[in-house]
Amino acid sequence: MTAPMLQIEALTKRFQTGGGFLKRPRAMLAVRDVSLAIAKGEVVGVVGESGCGKSTLARLVLRLLEPSSGRVILDGTDLTSLGPSALRAARKRMAMVFQDPYSSLDPRFSVADVLTEPFTVQRRPLPPGQIAEMLTAVGLPPEMASSHPHQLSGGQRQRVGIARALALRPEFVVLDEPTASLDVSIQAQIIDLLAGLRDQMGLTYLFISHDLGLVRYFCDRIVVMYLGAVVEILPTADAQPRHPYTRALIDSGFTPDPTRRRAIAPLSGEIPSPFDLPPGCAFAGRCPHATDRCRTERPVLDATMHPTACFHPL
Amino acid sequence: MSALLDLQNVSVAIGSAHLLDGVSLRLERGQTLGLVGESGSGKSLTAMAAMGLLPLIGGRVSAGTVRFDGQDLASLTDAQRRALRGRRIGFVTQNPMTALDPVQRIGAQIDVVSRLHLGLTKHAARARTLDLLTQLRIPEAAAVAEAWPHQLSGGMKQRIVIAMALAGDPELIVADEPTTALDVTVQAQIIQILAGLVREKGVALLLITHDMGVVAQICDRVAVLYAGRLAEEGPVAPIFAAPQHPYTAALINCIPQEGMARGTLRGIPGAVPSARQYPSGCRFHPRCVKATAECATHIPPLTQRGDGQAACLHLPEIAP
Repeated sequence: MTAPMLQIEALTKRFQTGGGFLKRPRAMLAVRDVSLAIAKGEVVGVVGESGCGKSTLARLVLRLLEPSSGRVILDGTDLTSLGPSALRAARKRMAMVFQDPYSSLDPRFSVADVLTEPFTVQRRPLPPGQIAEMLTAVGLPPEMASSHPHQLSGGQRQRVGIARALALRPEFVVLDEPTASLDVSIQAQIIDLLAGLRDQMGLTYLFISHDLGLVRYFCDRIVVMYLGAVVEILPTADAQPRHPYTRALIDSGFTPDPTRRRAIAPLSGEIPSPFDLPPGCAFAGRCPHATDRCRTERPVLDATMHPTACFHPL
Repeated sequence: MSALLDLQNVSVAIGSAHLLDGVSLRLERGQTLGLVGESGSGKSLTAMAAMGLLPLIGGRVSAGTVRFDGQDLASLTDAQRRALRGRRIGFVTQNPMTALDPVQRIGAQIDVVSRLHLGLTKHAARARTLDLLTQLRIPEAAAVAEAWPHQLSGGMKQRIVIAMALAGDPELIVADEPTTALDVTVQAQIIQILAGLVREKGVALLLITHDMGVVAQICDRVAVLYAGRLAEEGPVAPIFAAPQHPYTAALINCIPQEGMARGTLRGIPGAVPSARQYPSGCRFHPRCVKATAECATHIPPLTQRGDGQAACLHLPEIAP
C-alpha cells in the first residue's frame, strides 16, 4: 500500500473558557484522540451534529488551529512541527472551502482580487489568463472577474470560494459544509462541480457535513463523530452502520418517497455538554442499547475493516 | 365544506415590487399542506398573507382574497385580526434562538398567550403551560418553566415556541421552516411533534419547508412555488410519483437518495430571479430543461391535473 496523502495521528484539541477572579476556567475537549489516514484521490466524509468537533478537526488538519496534542502528516511532512515559513510553503498544497460564502469573501474585493490573493500570499506571479481560466473551471463567466460579492448569488459566491481554494492547484482540499447555506437546487450544482474538479485535478477531499444523505452520496468513506470522538468509520458509502448513533442519524433523515412512509423513532434527548463528558460512552444517555458497562467504561474503535467504538454494535 | 384556510388568486406587493402573483391554496382541518420552493420563491410571504401579517413588513394583498374559516381577512379590523392570531392561528418561527424574549422566564412567555387569548387566570394559565410542556415531552416541565431562554438548547427552545403557538388552542398552525436551525436528530423530533398535533388534535398545519423528504413523509398536499407563482399543487403521492411541472421534478431530483450513484445528482442550473427581474412568459423557462420558444412569451395557465393543478405549457399527456 502506498503512503497515505494525509495521516492524522491521535489529534486532540482542548479549549479553555471562562476563568477570572475567583472563577475556575473550564476546559472541554473539542476533538478527542482522532486518527485517520486518507489515500490520494479519496473523498472522506466527516459527519456529526453541531458540537461534535467536525469543524475543529477541519481547522486542525490545515493547522489553522494548533492541536493540543497529536500530529498531522501531509504526504510525509509533519505539519504540526513546521515553523512559519515552512508551513506557508506547505500550505500551497492544501486549501479549504468555507461554509458560508457570504462571510468568507471580503465585500470590498472584486472577484479578481479574491482570486489573486493566494498568489500574493505565496509570492508567486499570477500567470496570464489565470483568472479567466479559474472562473471557467468553476462554471462562471470570465466577465465576472470585475464583480463584487454583493452582486453574486450564494451559489456563485461559493463557486468563487472554490476557485480561490483551487487557485494554487492544491492536492488536498478540506470542504467545510460547502453547501450548508445554499438551497438544495444549488447544493446539487456545487456537489456536481466538486466531483468533476476532483476527477480533472486528481484532488483528495476531506468533506465535512451534517447531512449524512449528502455524504453517503459524495464520499468513499465516512467518519462519524459524536462529541469530539470518532464513533464509527463506514468503509464504503453504502455500508450498513454498526454504531447505534450512525443508525439514528440515518433514521433521522426523511425519505423523499411518500410510498415509503415510516414511523420515525427519533432519538430522545440532546447532545450532552462537552464541558462535562459522561465517564462512559458519550452516546450512552441517548442510546436504546446502552447497558451499565456503557455508562462506566469508554469504548474505543475496534481494529477491524469497519472500525466502531461500541460495546454492543448492531 | 369550506376550507379552514382558503387563498384565492392572492397577489402580494411591497411598494412597487409584485412579489406574489395569483396564488391559490386550500387547507382543511386535520390536514398538512407543505409549501416548498427555493429561497425567494415567496413561501414566507404566502404564510404572512395567510396570517394577515403583511403590513408588518410593509406589504399588502394587492389582489385576491384570504379567507380563514370563511371570513375574509381584509374585512376584519386590525383588532379582530390580532385576536385571530395566537388564538385561532398559531405561528412557529424559523429561528427559535431569536423568537423568545431573553429577559423573561420561559413559563411567563407561554402563560401570557392563554391569559390574553383564553382569559385564563394566572394560576390556570400556568397549569395549562405545564400541561403543554408535558405534552411536548419536555422533561421536568416545572423546572423548565422557571428557566431562562439562554439555559435551553435549540431543540428545547423550538418546543417552547411550539408550546406558545399551541397555548391559544389554535385550529391552524403555520410553521415557517421550523427545523432549519436545528440538528438532524432534533429535526426529526420536532417534525414528529408537529405531525402528532395534526393527527391527535386535528389542527391544520401549513408547513413551509425546503425539505422534500419532510413533505413526502408527513404532508397530505404540497404546493410548489417558483418566483412568486404556483408551479404545481396537489396531493403528495401522485406528485412524487409523477410530478407534472418540470420544476417539481427538478426539486425532487436535487435530493441525494440511498443507492444513488455519484454523478447522478442534478441541480437546477442558474438561480431564482429577483422580483424586479422576473423573466417573461413562464418564469422558470430560463432554467427549465423542457423550455421552448413559446415558454418565453406565454404565461402558462394553472391547469387542473387529477386532484391538483399545474402551470406549464408542456404538461405530460394524461394516461388514459
